[in-house]
Amino acid sequence: MATSMAEVQKEKLVGKRLRRREDPRLITGTATYVDDIHLEGMQYAAIVRSPHAAAKIRSINTKAAEKAPGVMAVFTGKDTEKVGGVPCGASLPGLRVPHHNILAVNRVYFVGHPVAVVVAQDRYLAQDAADLIEVDYEPLPAVADPEKALASGAPAVHPEWPDNVAFTFHQDGGDVDKAFAEADVVVKQRITSQRLIPMAMETRGVVAEWRGADRQLNLYTSTQIPHLVRTLVAGMLGLDENRVRVITPEVGGGFGSKLNVYAEEALMGFVAQKIQKPVKWIESRRENFLCTIHGRGHVDYYELAAKRDGTILGIKLKIIQDVGAYHQLLTPAIPTLSVLMMPGIYKTQNIRADIVGVFTNCMPTDAYRGAGRPEATHGIERMMDILADELKIDPAEIRLRNFVPNDQFPFHTATGLVYDSGDYAAPLKKALDLVDYRKLRQEQADARKQGKWIGIGISTYGEICAIGPSPATPAGGWESATVKIEPTGKVTIMTGACPHGQGEETTFAQIAADELGVGVDDVLVVRGDTAVVQYGIGTFGSRGTAIGGTAVYFALQDLKEKIKKFGAMLLECDDVTFSNGKVTCNKTGQSKSVPEIAAAAYRAMKLPPNTEPGLVSTRFWEPPNFTFPFGTHIVVSEIDGQTGDVKIRRYVAVDDCGNRINPLIIDGQVHGGIAQGLGQALWEQAVYDESGQLITGELTDYAVPRAHMMPWIESEHTTTPSPVNPLGVKGVGEAGTIGCSPAVVNSVVDALSPLGVRHIDMPLTPEKLWNILSKGA
Amino acid sequence: MKITCTINGKTYSNDIEPRLLLIHYLREVAQLTGSHVGCETSLCGACTVEVDGKAVKSCTMFAVQADGAKITTIEGLAADGKLHPLQEAFWNEHGLQCGFCTPGMIMASKQILERYPNPTDEDIRHGLAGNVCRCTGYQHIVNALKAAATSGARN
Repeated sequence: MATSMAEVQKEKLVGKRLRRREDPRLITGTATYVDDIHLEGMQYAAIVRSPHAAAKIRSINTKAAEKAPGVMAVFTGKDTEKVGGVPCGASLPGLRVPHHNILAVNRVYFVGHPVAVVVAQDRYLAQDAADLIEVDYEPLPAVADPEKALASGAPAVHPEWPDNVAFTFHQDGGDVDKAFAEADVVVKQRITSQRLIPMAMETRGVVAEWRGADRQLNLYTSTQIPHLVRTLVAGMLGLDENRVRVITPEVGGGFGSKLNVYAEEALMGFVAQKIQKPVKWIESRRENFLCTIHGRGHVDYYELAAKRDGTILGIKLKIIQDVGAYHQLLTPAIPTLSVLMMPGIYKTQNIRADIVGVFTNCMPTDAYRGAGRPEATHGIERMMDILADELKIDPAEIRLRNFVPNDQFPFHTATGLVYDSGDYAAPLKKALDLVDYRKLRQEQADARKQGKWIGIGISTYGEICAIGPSPATPAGGWESATVKIEPTGKVTIMTGACPHGQGEETTFAQIAADELGVGVDDVLVVRGDTAVVQYGIGTFGSRGTAIGGTAVYFALQDLKEKIKKFGAMLLECDDVTFSNGKVTCNKTGQSKSVPEIAAAAYRAMKLPPNTEPGLVSTRFWEPPNFTFPFGTHIVVSEIDGQTGDVKIRRYVAVDDCGNRINPLIIDGQVHGGIAQGLGQALWEQAVYDESGQLITGELTDYAVPRAHMMPWIESEHTTTPSPVNPLGVKGVGEAGTIGCSPAVVNSVVDALSPLGVRHIDMPLTPEKLWNILSKGA
Repeated sequence: MKITCTINGKTYSNDIEPRLLLIHYLREVAQLTGSHVGCETSLCGACTVEVDGKAVKSCTMFAVQADGAKITTIEGLAADGKLHPLQEAFWNEHGLQCGFCTPGMIMASKQILERYPNPTDEDIRHGLAGNVCRCTGYQHIVNALKAAATSGARN
């Protein structure tokens, strides 16, 4: 239950369960998403896409489409060849980057590859005409499985690189050979993290408007990174960056899938210039499944070396990353995050990692909620259970024996990270208490005697958030904020972050209201328009509050100093305090309010020494480090022996995201994150067949969690502030997803352990478990 | 074809193509963009509206089938500047994040509460099975329906 604003106006707002200030427009149907935008004379685009995973284009016949009713124009790859390629922002030594035309030229590389675009006066006519375009394809052999793509004789996705290797990456830390030589036990396991479809509820969409006389392109697009889209699309189209305005209206979910620059964004800019009219393209759900980035796509080979007491000595990991046909914006960077995270929250100092990125005739993979960290956490947390089973040590106990101890923070990991702060045993102990672990193990033993399949799964996760320091990121890793106190004392925050459901219109207002002593309703948060907001990076990697919020905080500190100067001048007092929205003279007790001071600062009849008029501050905050949230998730599951169906009997999540600005919003982030983790663990999988057809190409075939599939989540927390930023916050957007999947799989493997089951790859479908149960029985 | 229908208490008469889907009629002809298109295949529920008292996925109904119908969309729920108890409850309980599924989710919820004035968790979860939310994990939505059932009874 949220706290109403009237009750809390006078007290500190940070830490309160304030209901969100962005909600009134969303619950009344008056918010504006891209598809809600209508411009005068606007035309509609429909895109013709390849039905083949690999084929040569012999010819394209557009004549019938051009003559179809309402059609204004048709463009193919020959028309758009001069437009720059879809960009890859990540770099690695030896990275192979195929040129990625916005419309295919001569050859298609995956099902859904855009081949032509039809522009017509309404969306029905555009689709009618698109169906009249005849493309003569010469199908070629395709490969959709990354391990098969690496085998000799596999079809080459890009003929220039017959081995299908997109990149390799190697990292060593400590002395892993010595660790394995000295080990009492080595456990090995192949673990996959299957391809997933992000499935934001709002598909992608673009409206482009060309203002020829000004050489200005206005681009409305559903993105998490408006400024980066502006820079990169301007480059692709050869336009001046300051004459491309990217407007991000309401964004209906992203989860990383809109942390990208897509062919269609540049394509609509190109079309708008050619037809001299605004044009709209709205992705269908089918296109969204085929042509918006996918997540995960790992085959991981783990080896863990340990002493008999369960102490881990070293970890080896080989990652085979399914790249897809191209690199999208961050594709090759994602598995490197898995490597950084591979030791989890354990103190081992010896690691060896190798990544092979593999081209396949599939949609590219890229950042999906967690981006590399869920894969790593799934791997290490599964391996901890496998090791515990091997050594007959309780899975909770083996984790406690390996945690980085509290007195070793900041902790330098074998992968080169510096964990900021942590108390890893605290959430584990809290979660064990919440489930009454000992009693639960007894109940499990009793249930087994009755033939029930009950399992308990623990995941003690860590994650890399607040991404991130600029040297560690492909673009800048800072965030910007401008805070303006207007002449009437109202406060406007312009953030370079681009929230799309995370609630920063509320949390940033909470921070500002506390710092300035004004009401939360006096604060307005503006984002997502490059003509209004200073350059920013965007919202992803659990960075909105930890970096964007910190930029706001520092801008507020500047303003507080300036407010004090103006207050001292107005009060003619050299000893003043600023608190509760007032500057008070400590000698006379007289005070001036923020609106009074703001009026004086803009009227500028008189100015304090060396002080400019106005009350505005812009800050670009560069974080000195990532932040490292952590926590424990415990799952109790029961498997139906007849059907193989998994029922989650309890889900306990104890998360530590540092200081908490708005616990109501944090709960929502945790629940949503867990839903996506549970989706991966139990139901979701993007399946390509051998010929490269996506056979989970619609919501009919791809099982996202629905209300009746979700368990009740018992959410608790511990609080370990981050020393990286003055707010002490760490970030929480991805925690649920990262912590979830190993807890679920560990519980199911635990349930089936009497059958000798040691590992099962996700998703844990009833069919998969029924087969295991049938064989076992 | 000519159709006449009532949307949120207002009468609309238009000459439309027979193949026009109801969702596109609402969004583009009546210019009520609160109902959203999430999948075009009646699987996600973002387009849910009320047609003659029944929750309907408007992406799989032709506008001409709504000739003579009384339709309520998310824009018609608040009355005299006062939010519907379900809208209040979704707001209070943080039953939404990105908000894209929310209009359809609220319209489906309205039907659930009409059928089950005091719904159990199971009533709510099964009632919402046709509406996908990718943000919330549904828990706060379940809380919102329970809260609305309580406050609605008081109104």
